[in-house]
Amino acid sequence: MSPPADRPRVALFVTCLVDLFRPSVGFAAVKLLEDAGCTVEVPAGQSCCGQPAYNQGDRADTVEIARRTIEVLSGYDFVVVPSGSCAGMLRKHYPELFPAGSDDAARAREVAERTFELISFLTDVRGITGFEASLPARITYHDSCAGLRELGVKQQPRRLLESVRGLELRELPGAEICCGFGGTFCVKYPAISTRMVDDKVTDIEATGAELVLAGDLGCLMNMAGRLKRVGSKVEARHVAEVLAGMTEEPPIGGPAA
Amino acid sequence: MEATSLSFKENARRAMGDETLQKALGFARTGFQDKRAAAAARLPEFDDLRDAAKAIKDHTLEHLDVYLEIFEQRVIEQGGKVHWARDAAEARAIILRLCKGAGARSVTKSKSMISEEIGLNEALEAQKIRCVETDLGEYIVQLAGETPSHILAPAIHMTKDRVSALFAEAHGTAPVDEPEALLAEARHALRQRYFEADVGITGANFLIAETGSVVLVTNEGNAELTQGLPRMHIALASIEKVVPTLEEACVLLRVLARSATGQEFSAYTTLLTGPKRPADLDGPTSFHVVLLDNGRGGMLGTEFQDILRCIRCGACMNHCPVYLATGGHAYGWVYPGPMGAVLTPSFIGIEKAHHLPNASTFCGRCEQVCPMRIPLPKMMRHWREEQFKRKLSPATGRYGLKLWAFAAKRPALYHLGAKVAIGLLCLLGGKRGRFRRLPLASGWTGSRDFPAPQGSTFQAQWRARRDRR
Repeated sequence: MSPPADRPRVALFVTCLVDLFRPSVGFAAVKLLEDAGCTVEVPAGQSCCGQPAYNQGDRADTVEIARRTIEVLSGYDFVVVPSGSCAGMLRKHYPELFPAGSDDAARAREVAERTFELISFLTDVRGITGFEASLPARITYHDSCAGLRELGVKQQPRRLLESVRGLELRELPGAEICCGFGGTFCVKYPAISTRMVDDKVTDIEATGAELVLAGDLGCLMNMAGRLKRVGSKVEARHVAEVLAGMTEEPPIGGPAA
Repeated sequence: MEATSLSFKENARRAMGDETLQKALGFARTGFQDKRAAAAARLPEFDDLRDAAKAIKDHTLEHLDVYLEIFEQRVIEQGGKVHWARDAAEARAIILRLCKGAGARSVTKSKSMISEEIGLNEALEAQKIRCVETDLGEYIVQLAGETPSHILAPAIHMTKDRVSALFAEAHGTAPVDEPEALLAEARHALRQRYFEADVGITGANFLIAETGSVVLVTNEGNAELTQGLPRMHIALASIEKVVPTLEEACVLLRVLARSATGQEFSAYTTLLTGPKRPADLDGPTSFHVVLLDNGRGGMLGTEFQDILRCIRCGACMNHCPVYLATGGHAYGWVYPGPMGAVLTPSFIGIEKAHHLPNASTFCGRCEQVCPMRIPLPKMMRHWREEQFKRKLSPATGRYGLKLWAFAAKRPALYHLGAKVAIGLLCLLGGKRGRFRRLPLASGWTGSRDFPAPQGSTFQAQWRARRDRR
C-alpha cells in the first residue's frame, strides 16, 4: 500500500542511545519515514528526553530538560522516536511534569499529541502495511515494556515484519516480560537485572531464532550484552534496521565485519 | 517486626541463590498469572468492573470520615463496639485489653496482614496468650517461626517437603507426603485449637458502612471458625477498608478473587454483622472492630492517596519480575512486591526502605494487572523524588546524574561530551564491537558485555551528510 499523498514534516527525535551507540538505527528510521512519504528533519539541539533524571527522582532537572526538548521539537507535524520508552516519556510523562493549566503544560501536550513511536507511527498514522526488504532468518521479537504498556505497541512490528521476505517470526515465550534493563536499574541492582536478562536469554534460545529484534535500544543492548557474555550465537538488532533492509552493519555488540 | 529492607540487595542475592525458594517461586510464576489471565478473559466486562471498583474506592476515600462514622454507628446499633487506633501500639493495647478482659489464654487468628503490621502475635505471646494462626499458609509460617512472604499465600516460599518436615515435628507424627494428607493433618490439629480459643481475631477484606458488617474472604473457611466459635470476635481492619454499601462491596469482590487467584469468587465469603443474637445458634457473644490508622489518614490528599485503593489481591507481586526473582522476604518488611514498595516507606520511613521503590524497572506490569488501577510505578517514582530531595541516594549516583543533566541541558556541551566519549570508546573497543570490562561500569560489565558504539554520533553524521549536500 502506498502512503497517503500528504507530505508531513517529521522531526526525528533520535534518542541518546541511538545517537551515541547505534546511528544506523537513526538512518534506518529516516529511510522508513521517507518511504512512508514524510519529510524528515533532525532538529538541532536535541539531547536526551530526561528519563534518567525523571526516574532517579530529580524532578527539577527533568522539568528543565523537558522544557528545552519541547522547544526544540515544536512546530513539526509529527515527532517520531525510534524507542517506545523515550516516546512514552514525551507522550505520557511530559504533560504531567507541569502544573495543570500552565503554558508549559499546554506546550507539552501540544508536542505529546504529535509524538509517536516509530513503528506504530508507520502503521497507525501512515497506514503502511509493509516494506520492500528481505532477510532470510529465523527471528524472535521482544516487546519492550514502555512501548507495549504505555503506547500499545504490540501487533504493529509483527505486521510489518510479515512483509520482510524470507523472514520467519518465532514468538518469544514471555515476550511481554521485562528484560531487566530498566535504565539505571541494571547497574544499581545488577544481580536482579542479570537474573531477569538470564530468563530472557533462556526464552530467546528456546525459540531457535538466530536474531532477536525489539524497538528499544536500551533493552537490546542489555539482551545483546548478556547473549554475548554467555556465548550465545543469537544476534540482536533494532526492528527498524530489518524493516529498512539495512542489516549490513554488524549486529549490536558484534565484531566489525 | 524488625525491618531488614535496608539490606534488600543482600537479601535479594541470598534469595536468588536459594534453590528451594527458586523452585517454590517457579510454581507461583505460572499458576497465579495464568489463572488471573483466564479469569479476566472469561469476563467481558472485567475492565469496566475495574473502572467501577476504582470509582467506588475513590469516592469512599474522598469521604472517608463520613463512611467510617456511619460504620461505627451501625456496629453499635447491632450490639458491637468500635475501637479507634491511631497507631500500631494503640491497636496492640486495645486488643490486649480486650483479650485480658475476656480472660483469654488462647486465641485463634485468621489471616490478617494488618496484624503483621502491628506485630500482634509477639504482643500476645509476651502476655502469655497463645495465638494460633488458622490460615494454612500462616499456620505453616508460624510453625517455622517465619513471616509471610506473600500477602495472599504466606508460605509460597516453602516447598511441600519443608512443610512435611515441619508438621512431623510439630504434631509428633510420621512425615506424610501427599498435599491432601498434609492438609488433613493441619485440619485435625487446628480443630482442637478452634474449640479451645477464648477469642477469635480476624482481619477484614471490607467493612460495609450501610450495614456495619465485616466482610471476610477465604478459601479454607478458617475465618468463619475463628470468629464463630470463641466467645469474643475481634476484627482488626485499617480505615481504608470501608465501602459505602453491600452492593459496592460486591463489585470489589468480583474483581478481588479474579485478580488474586483467578477464581470467580472465593470459596467462602462471609458477612458478619454484630454479635450472636438470641435466636442465633452460634456466634460470638461480643463483637469488636479495631480500626487502625497507622499513617493512612496522613496519606489522604497526598500523591500517595491512590495506594489506599489497594484491596490486597496480590496481583502486582504475582506479575512483578523483581518479586518473582527474589520472593517476598527480600523486601524486609510486612508488605512485599510493588504495593509493598509503595507502602513500606510510608510505614517505616523512606530512609529505611529506600531500596524498595528503586528496585523496579518500571516495567508497568503491576499497574497493568492492578484491579484498582493504582499507578504503582508513578508512586514509586514519588518516593524516588522524596529520596532525591533528602539526598538519601548514594552521592556518586547523584553527582553522576547532575553531571549528565548539566550536559543534557546544554546541547553544545552534550555533543562535545558525546564526541569525546564515543571517540574514546571506539578507540578502546576496537574491532571486537564490545567490551568485557569498562572502568566505572562494573554494574553492567560484571555480567554483560557492553556493546561498543558504531562510530561518531548520529547527529554528527547527519550534519556532515547535510553539509555535503
